[in-house]
Amino acid sequence: MTPNVMTDARADSPAIEVEHLRCAYGSDIVLNDVSFTIARGEIFFVIGGSGCGKSTLLRHMVGLNMPTHGSVRFSGQAFTHADLATRRAMLKTFGMLFQGGALWTSLTLRQNVALPLEEYTTLGRREIDEIAALKLAQVGLAGFEDYFPAEISGGMKKRAGLARALALDPEIVFFDEPSAGLDPVTSRKLDELILEIRHTFGTTIVVVSHELASIFQIADRVIMLDRGEKGIIAEGRPRELALHSRDPRVAEFLTRGDVVKPA
Amino acid sequence: MSVHPENSNARAAAELRGDVFEVTLGGTWQIMDPRPNWPALLDGRKPARVRVQTGDVGKWDTSLLLFLFEIEQWCLTSGAYFDADALPAKMRTLLAQFVRAHQSSLPQDRSANFLASVGLATQQTVGQGQEIFRFVGELVLSAMALAKSPHKFRWRDCVAEMQQCGAMALPIVSLVAFLIGVTLAYTAAIVLRQFGGDIFIADLIGLAMVREVGAVMTAVVLSGRTGAAFAATLGNMKMNEEIDALETLGIPAVQFLVLPRMLALAVMMPLLTLYANALGILGGMLVAYGLLAISPTAYWVEMNTIVDLSDVLSGVIKAGAFGLIIGLAGCLRGLQAERSAAGVGRAATSAVVTAILLMVVADAVFAVLFNVLGI
Repeated sequence: MTPNVMTDARADSPAIEVEHLRCAYGSDIVLNDVSFTIARGEIFFVIGGSGCGKSTLLRHMVGLNMPTHGSVRFSGQAFTHADLATRRAMLKTFGMLFQGGALWTSLTLRQNVALPLEEYTTLGRREIDEIAALKLAQVGLAGFEDYFPAEISGGMKKRAGLARALALDPEIVFFDEPSAGLDPVTSRKLDELILEIRHTFGTTIVVVSHELASIFQIADRVIMLDRGEKGIIAEGRPRELALHSRDPRVAEFLTRGDVVKPA
Repeated sequence: MSVHPENSNARAAAELRGDVFEVTLGGTWQIMDPRPNWPALLDGRKPARVRVQTGDVGKWDTSLLLFLFEIEQWCLTSGAYFDADALPAKMRTLLAQFVRAHQSSLPQDRSANFLASVGLATQQTVGQGQEIFRFVGELVLSAMALAKSPHKFRWRDCVAEMQQCGAMALPIVSLVAFLIGVTLAYTAAIVLRQFGGDIFIADLIGLAMVREVGAVMTAVVLSGRTGAAFAATLGNMKMNEEIDALETLGIPAVQFLVLPRMLALAVMMPLLTLYANALGILGGMLVAYGLLAISPTAYWVEMNTIVDLSDVLSGVIKAGAFGLIIGLAGCLRGLQAERSAAGVGRAATSAVVTAILLMVVADAVFAVLFNVLGI
């Protein structure tokens, strides 16, 4: 793992603390007063219907957008309003997998994975290439190192994006809709990969998704967002929420709104 | 009374019984076919109650719902009671949905009065100006950071861009510069021949090319060719979240994507301008030889009497500045692009317009500056 830059942070503090976050685009408030914490090594899902602000929350958490109110802390250290140098140092400890992989199209898969290593380490060319090959092999892309993103499938792009997100052995990995556009088998393999990452490195995983199979299979805890409420309407373990939530919106979402058809 | 549109099976029959207007629907109702006309069926009557029922209605779709909705809306405005109890439950449910959808779909007023439009346009212009200054500030800071650790600069990308915007642009720059030289010479020849000053064509072409036309024409070509390409590339990268991916790694897009492109243009523009100057002078020389029988040697000697190094340098300095402007406009518009195909197209167009506009302003500033400095 990369050395922890958060030296002044308490080791026992949660991996992520989101406090009273308000996310807005102009005057349009998408989320208001959102607060939650994520423990170290937890697989945490942000769920909810389309347009409820899941991806918006993620973008505000990682600093791609600035919240109009509230803050995010990582390992006890303030991130949202920190100075640029601190933010950059903290960003090295994140990895992020975007919906479409977001690979740099002018670079090969090897170069994509190597770029963060070139930027932040003093490793030599040969070592960087070997690490890139290892990361690509870990996501099942051995032999595709010199392919360009345009030459591989959507599922492979996502896996390559994951290899890049893991290049610096991050402490936290964010996934934005990892199953979107994937067939069920590839989607399940990606879930297994997420479990393996957590098991091997103790990485904290934050996933934005509405894929029920993944939620029940790998999530330790979820929060559910609602478009109307502009905030969290449920928090807990997915099975418990599905079985015991009194909020019909939560039960309906987690059971896909299935009703028994009359015979 | 019965209304039965031509070539359609949709039928509506109506009968007034006291205050009640009884409407009976029948036949096949299809959205592609004409449907009965409610005002024609009503025929100017004003009943207090309209009762609708289905007779031998076969296949039906939204066409029938539209007709029922028309009746319902008429009843609403004329104060009549709409009695749909005799309709099948399925039809009543769909009609209720239709009415609800109509009530909730309020048209959005996007119109703005003149003053509001002027205000918004002003606000937008001020905002754009601020964005340009902010971007320039960010560029300067990134350049200073890179100067401290030059190994972090993407030299490979910069060289690749130099090839793209320099070497690959040679054919188009050659053609444009040569033809501009030819055109200038023909135009000058018309006047100069009248006064017997044929030889001064060399002075005119030489001075115009090295001081002004070479740099400006090369910049126009490159703003269309390279500036638009920068905007499209960066816009597309933004759409595919590639720039977000850089930001989440803590790598500033300006440092990684913009500076190599701007340096490439700032280096290649003066070189291309020198090349364009030579081609333009060659074009003028050929016309002078063919049209005015001025030998190339005489042309060259005459040109050297008026054009000196300071003239060449003034063109080269301007070319470097134009290169920075084209790179700045292309990259800025690309990074500002909306995340859509149309947004990328608009960014490319805007990059060219911004580059040419800023270039003309800069040219005027240089003209005044060189005049003051006596260059």
